[in-house]
Amino acid sequence: MQNLLNWIDARFPLTASYKAHLSEYFAPKNFNFWYYFGSLALMVLVLQIVTGIFLTMHYKPDGAMAFASVEYIMRDVPLGWLIRYMHSTGASMFFVVIYLHMMRGLLYGSYRKPRELIWIFGMLIFLVLMGEAFMGYLLPWGQMSYWGAQVIINLFSAIPFIGEDISTLLRGDFVVGDATLNRFFALHVIALPLVLLGLVVAHLVALHEVGSNNPDGVEIKKHKDPVTHLPVDGIPFHPYYTVKDILGVVVFLIVFSAILFFAPEMGGYFLEANNFIPADPMKTPEHIAPVWYFTPYYAILRAVPPIFGSQFPGVVAMGVAVVIFFALPWLDRSPVKSIRYRGLNYKIALGLFVFAFVGLGILGILPATELYTWISRVLSVIYFAFFLLMPWYTKNDQALPEPDRVTFHSH
Amino acid sequence: MMFSTLFRKLFRNGLAVVLLAVPMTALASSTVHLDRAPINVDDHESLQRGARTFTNYCLSCHAASYMRFVRMTDIGLTEAQIKDNLLFTTDKVGSLMTVAMRPNDAKDWFGAPPPDLSVISRARGADWLYTYLRGFYRDDTRASGWNNTVFDKVGMPHVLADLQGHQVAVMQSHIGADGKAHSVLERVELAKPGRLSPSEYDLVVGDLVNYLVWMGEPSAPTRNRTGIFVLLFLSVFLVIAFYMKKAFWKDIH
Repeated sequence: MQNLLNWIDARFPLTASYKAHLSEYFAPKNFNFWYYFGSLALMVLVLQIVTGIFLTMHYKPDGAMAFASVEYIMRDVPLGWLIRYMHSTGASMFFVVIYLHMMRGLLYGSYRKPRELIWIFGMLIFLVLMGEAFMGYLLPWGQMSYWGAQVIINLFSAIPFIGEDISTLLRGDFVVGDATLNRFFALHVIALPLVLLGLVVAHLVALHEVGSNNPDGVEIKKHKDPVTHLPVDGIPFHPYYTVKDILGVVVFLIVFSAILFFAPEMGGYFLEANNFIPADPMKTPEHIAPVWYFTPYYAILRAVPPIFGSQFPGVVAMGVAVVIFFALPWLDRSPVKSIRYRGLNYKIALGLFVFAFVGLGILGILPATELYTWISRVLSVIYFAFFLLMPWYTKNDQALPEPDRVTFHSH
Repeated sequence: MMFSTLFRKLFRNGLAVVLLAVPMTALASSTVHLDRAPINVDDHESLQRGARTFTNYCLSCHAASYMRFVRMTDIGLTEAQIKDNLLFTTDKVGSLMTVAMRPNDAKDWFGAPPPDLSVISRARGADWLYTYLRGFYRDDTRASGWNNTVFDKVGMPHVLADLQGHQVAVMQSHIGADGKAHSVLERVELAKPGRLSPSEYDLVVGDLVNYLVWMGEPSAPTRNRTGIFVLLFLSVFLVIAFYMKKAFWKDIH
């Protein structure tokens, strides 16, 4: 066995990689609840890829057959219902996990120097994931798939001069149709997952280069053991965080299974009732709303009034609302990273931001009445103010002194 | 300690969880009152009665083209029973529940082709179907002679009229937002009784809707049964994972 390992190590850095990323990757020992979501996101990614492979074996990317092939999977393919629900539940749960993972970054300043690139790779993952989810949602070819895609692609035609051409290029036709379904299928199962995997590798390589942040926002590399030169507050990722993450995985799987086996439609949020009606280009549904994970951005889109009859400003606002996260490392001027030692300014700002984000999410589901549109406008202003005023309110914050070492209470 | 912290934090920060607890249908504005359908997909006798009503009354115009006849073995019927009682002469027991009527003819006759019913319960909801199938009333302004309390100007005639009888609308004058008087439907009442009493008819429709719900997802009973075992397994695994973590972490101070 040892001989085999030596043989491999002389040709491929197997032991070295194992040490660098698992057994001798030193992570801060004070991770809390919020630190489960990184490994969970990785697990859901694998789950989506594996279930996706099996779905692809039975699904037909054809306007005339797609809807029926999904029902075929649900009825005639052995355990097809399980694979399909794992994939549909997985899609929504991916966003639950990713949103909480991003929230962790906001709480503990994980995007701050020297982790700007980790954050940027992460945001790129988020962008690709949104594209992946949007294209995947077309594939069941129900009414909501069809009209959701129609509405979102039409947004691109609001771009001046080149908009119409862009949306025609995206659809491959002048309306959403078979050509659209085929190209979305290709992008969903090949192009975007490849990009996603590459970005995940980059995200992890960057993380393991600088080391993980922690709830105290202090660098464990500042205090190294004089003899071993290892960080005194660091512990090997394996076995300590592998066993801890297994616990997180089990808790997550309990929630996941409760949804999958007992409420796979999740009250119409994960699988919408209208999507059990086959796509019909002649019949527009009364109320078109995107899936829940897009609704905060959809609410921002609707909140911006059109200028000269053009939806373009709303489209720009929606785009900026996503992309503005990239600037976080340079907007934050606080001397400390973690919310534990930040002053009242940031705590209030973050509280308002979370309130606005959740509020916009709810409003994005509801039909746009005049009152709701006004509330959306107020919440959109709060959303953007969180970012745009950040240099000012973080600089003038009454930060507490950071501890020298991480705080940790053994259980 | 660890779990109480975990759950406390989960709930404190879990606003999304609160949002998801409100069903989407509760958020969408609905003006029509729906009666609650008596659904129990484990009641095989009810499902079998519903299947009979379905094949006798619905399947001549509506298809259920994602559903195979043979799947009804799941609700306690044998293949011979399905063949003798529920199949049309040309069908095989493994066939899909298709219909001979051509979509273009249907469009001419009813104004719209009758929708496929395989997953209709998942699109409309059981309560809607239950109210709809009991909500037909006479309306001479309609080509079919029928209208419906939850589906205004419906194209479908009242196929179950011989069972339910004829209901008529009781209209009420109502001053609308524009200040003019409008005649609105207040309720319906039975003008000409059918072969069944109202309570017997409700039972027939209840069984039919129960069947439609089962047919919408025939794997649902298996799904629920499997789910219990999965959760039991995970609960045991949770205990093991918890003590395993504790054991490994005891030397971290």
